[in-house]
Amino acid sequence: MRDARPIALLSRRYHFSASHRLHTDAYDADRNRAVYGKCNNPHGHGHNYVVQVTLRGPVDAETGMVCNLGDLDAFARTNLLEAFDHTNLNTLKCFADVVSTTENLAIEVHRIFAKFPHARLERVHIEETGNNSFDLCGCEPPAFFMS
Amino acid sequence: MIFLTRKAEFSSAHFYWNDSWSQEENERVFGKCANRNGHGHNYTLEVTVAGDIDPVSGFVVDLKELKDILEREVVSVFDHRHLNYEVPEFGTAIPTTENIAVAIWRRVDGKIPNAKLHRVRVYEMPDLFADFYGESTHA
Repeated sequence: MRDARPIALLSRRYHFSASHRLHTDAYDADRNRAVYGKCNNPHGHGHNYVVQVTLRGPVDAETGMVCNLGDLDAFARTNLLEAFDHTNLNTLKCFADVVSTTENLAIEVHRIFAKFPHARLERVHIEETGNNSFDLCGCEPPAFFMS
Repeated sequence: MIFLTRKAEFSSAHFYWNDSWSQEENERVFGKCANRNGHGHNYTLEVTVAGDIDPVSGFVVDLKELKDILEREVVSVFDHRHLNYEVPEFGTAIPTTENIAVAIWRRVDGKIPNAKLHRVRVYEMPDLFADFYGESTHA
């Protein structure tokens, strides 16, 4: 008899739009321009970000689901979209001390979805543009981010 | 070892319902997907196989043969059908994207000559998909 609880991965994509500026106070103005190029434009610029979260778990025998999409969407709406959509990322608390690169955004998004209570986070994939994307894998945030 | 992915599409109707629950419980858990009149999607299937490149043909797998297998095992059974009523697996299992991925794996696994089934990915819509990597990954 087959095991009734195969493990599957469920992925969901969310969209938000935000502005940012890549700049660090650790560099002078010339070095900021050299390192970050047009992303250092003092007035900032923006993107339509795509966040793709992947959750892993047994397919529940009663619901046929890894997790309830309604729960996941509600969690994303409260913790991701309401916090990030139509904001300037640089003004958010999580970017007070770190540069608002999409790598750092992926770490923050990973930290958020690692708290989703109904399934284990497997991967965060973020598309900054159609040509740039970033992935963070594993169920634990990177060690350096743990405080 | 190289991976090759082939896509196929099918359009199907379904709804989510657990017979052992009350109507209220079904509607609470499954929301609008519990409407027993059903609704539908254009599904995209991605089947990834793993194998070695044949030194003569340069193929991992004959693409035409893989296309025919997907057509016979999946598309001809699922396309323009009501999953709950017309696809046997979903007489008992709820046709969620997760369970569709598992059902397709079981239909295709072992039928591809010279290559191993690596992943079945099913998109219910562009922003939602499920991956299944086989029976070895169980709870």
